[in-house]
Amino acid sequence: MKTPLVKIEGLNVAFDGAPAVRGVDLAVHPGEALGLVGESGSGKSVTWLAALRLLPGKASVQGRVSLDGSDILSLPVREMERIRGGRIGIIFQDPSSALNPVLSIRRQISEVLALHRGMSGSEIRAEAKRLLDLVGMPDAKGRLDSYPHEMSGGQNQRVMIAMALAGQPDLLIADEPTTALDVTIQAQILDLLQQIRREMGMALVLISHDLGVVAENCDRVAVMYAGRIVESGPAATLFDTPRHPYARGLIDALPTLDDTQRLVAIPGVVPDPRDMPRGCAFGPRCAYAGPECLLDSPPLRAVAPGRRLACARHNLDLAGPKSTTPNSTPAEVVS
Amino acid sequence: MIRYILTRFLRAFITIVLVVTFAFVVLRLSGDPATIILGPEAPPEAIAAFRKSWGLDQPVLVQYIQYFAAIFQGDLGMSMRDGRPALELVMERIPATLALTLPALMLKLAMGVPAGVYAALHQGTAFDRAVMVAAVMGFAVPSFVLALGLVLVFAVNLGWLPSGGRDTIWHAILPIVTLGLGGAAALARFTRSAMLEVLGQHYIRTASSKGLAWAVVVRSHALPNAAIPTVTLIGFLVGSLIAGAIVVESVFSWPGVGRLMVVAVANRDLAVVQCILLLVATTMVTSNLIVDFLYGALDPRLRHGARANA
Ligand SMILES: Nc1ncnc2c1ncn2[C@@H]1O[C@H](COP(=O)(O)OP(=O)(O)OP(=O)(O)O)[C@@H](O)[C@H]1O
Ligand SMILES: [Mg+2]
Repeated sequence: MKTPLVKIEGLNVAFDGAPAVRGVDLAVHPGEALGLVGESGSGKSVTWLAALRLLPGKASVQGRVSLDGSDILSLPVREMERIRGGRIGIIFQDPSSALNPVLSIRRQISEVLALHRGMSGSEIRAEAKRLLDLVGMPDAKGRLDSYPHEMSGGQNQRVMIAMALAGQPDLLIADEPTTALDVTIQAQILDLLQQIRREMGMALVLISHDLGVVAENCDRVAVMYAGRIVESGPAATLFDTPRHPYARGLIDALPTLDDTQRLVAIPGVVPDPRDMPRGCAFGPRCAYAGPECLLDSPPLRAVAPGRRLACARHNLDLAGPKSTTPNSTPAEVVS
Repeated sequence: MIRYILTRFLRAFITIVLVVTFAFVVLRLSGDPATIILGPEAPPEAIAAFRKSWGLDQPVLVQYIQYFAAIFQGDLGMSMRDGRPALELVMERIPATLALTLPALMLKLAMGVPAGVYAALHQGTAFDRAVMVAAVMGFAVPSFVLALGLVLVFAVNLGWLPSGGRDTIWHAILPIVTLGLGGAAALARFTRSAMLEVLGQHYIRTASSKGLAWAVVVRSHALPNAAIPTVTLIGFLVGSLIAGAIVVESVFSWPGVGRLMVVAVANRDLAVVQCILLLVATTMVTSNLIVDFLYGALDPRLRHGARANA
């Protein structure tokens, strides 16, 4: 296999002693679209913020993150700054608060062009307009002098994307880029990201709550739960035949097109980071959990070519009837 | 936009009228100038004559109307004490007050803003804690206590500086420092919290994610945002350039507007007190107006909001 563009190995992140990311291994290959799914608080954002060293100082980060094979967590700040926005771009969930309210769109895009592409003057003006055109901004030229509050959420997200593309990164992290937008705009933004990725040959990490969105837009998917990757594999196969009960639960929780089947949310809540169960973190909520699940946290293992799974009961057949009610015994044993 | 400006001006004008009215009422209620100026032993005829000549025998409402009518003709009345126009007396004292308050304002800005920004950028460090302690003390210690403390150390014990009067430039140093330290503490505290609030915003993380150096993030992204609330306090400090020195001028016997005010109040020299209050209200309100317009320049959200209102 080719060397990955970005490789995360054994990443651990804790805030004031509470673990948020617990031993994540993840690789992104050049030009690939990788999806990262999981419920709120599972550590998706923190994983990538840690990789870009954008977390506040109180976060303790351990592990290795390499770009083209060299470790970037120990890089001098100056060189890290060249990577941010230049090699790896990131767009955030809420575009309206992610843009600076007192600076014009032109100013916010120009900074990147000057910094990473050494442009100036009229060159910047032309390129900023081209980028806004590229992200499908109506009246790009006029919009350059606007401020974030004068635009809709969807337009602001297009500006964020234009800003992230301005440095011509090899990897774009899109952290729930559509959560704050309404449904029709969501689809447009996702299409835009797909189209740009294909045209620019850039790799994409798409972070989402929605396994459906990710399966549709990505080549590969990794499912995160409570700071760990519990399953990863090619998007289509993982979506059709999930092996981890949590992945299965996420798929069952998706509304179906014909609406004949009722939505099945996963019962229970994500464990408190300060009070993690000793065994599998999903154990207390798992309909399939057995006694072995309470003993140790299962490691992520290859179970088939390109597929990895962290489940002690990896021989389960989940393709059968959907999980409905959880087996309540393990939860009781735990408490 | 024009309507925006007009409403601002109208509001400013109403504020001044209210302040002047309030001062007028309080002063009429607070004792008779005739007995205070002429002394308690003055014969009743003299007192009656005094009251008549200053119009104090008229009903308060009539006095009030006459007072406003005069103001609009630029007549702020005569000092009952020495018979000169009140405005002239006050204007004479303004340079002395500005000689304290302007340098003090510079000192506040030069110390307070950088200290606040630096403390916010180094939150939790020894410097930050020192700024916080100094700020709380600057807030809690009344200026006359600080003034007396400085006099004790630098005038009485060390003998380096004079303790009062206005003969040389050295005389200005202690009053300026007294005024400056208090304001600097408040400003540092305020700037620090404005800056901390801004540094926690998502757009700061975005700016870092673009690869900008931290110094650039602070300068181009954080400071312009933190400036918006800080300008309010600076506007207040500018607004108190005239009134800000009452206590300090008294402690250091500095012949400025503040001391004139104290003396005039003690004498119930109505015209002088009213003239000073009018002047103070006008500076306050004017600097508020300037702040309002500065907001528009600093914050595009307000600029466009104002345009939409027009
Ligand atoms: N700055 C921070 N300080 C303290 N705890 C944090 C901080 N950022 C994240 N966390 C904690 O880290 C854990 C993982 O958060 P993260 O933002 O990565 O979740 P997520 O999977 O991105 O969820 P969401 O879908 O809600 O964005 C959470 O428990 C969160 O409370
Ligand atoms: Mg997140």
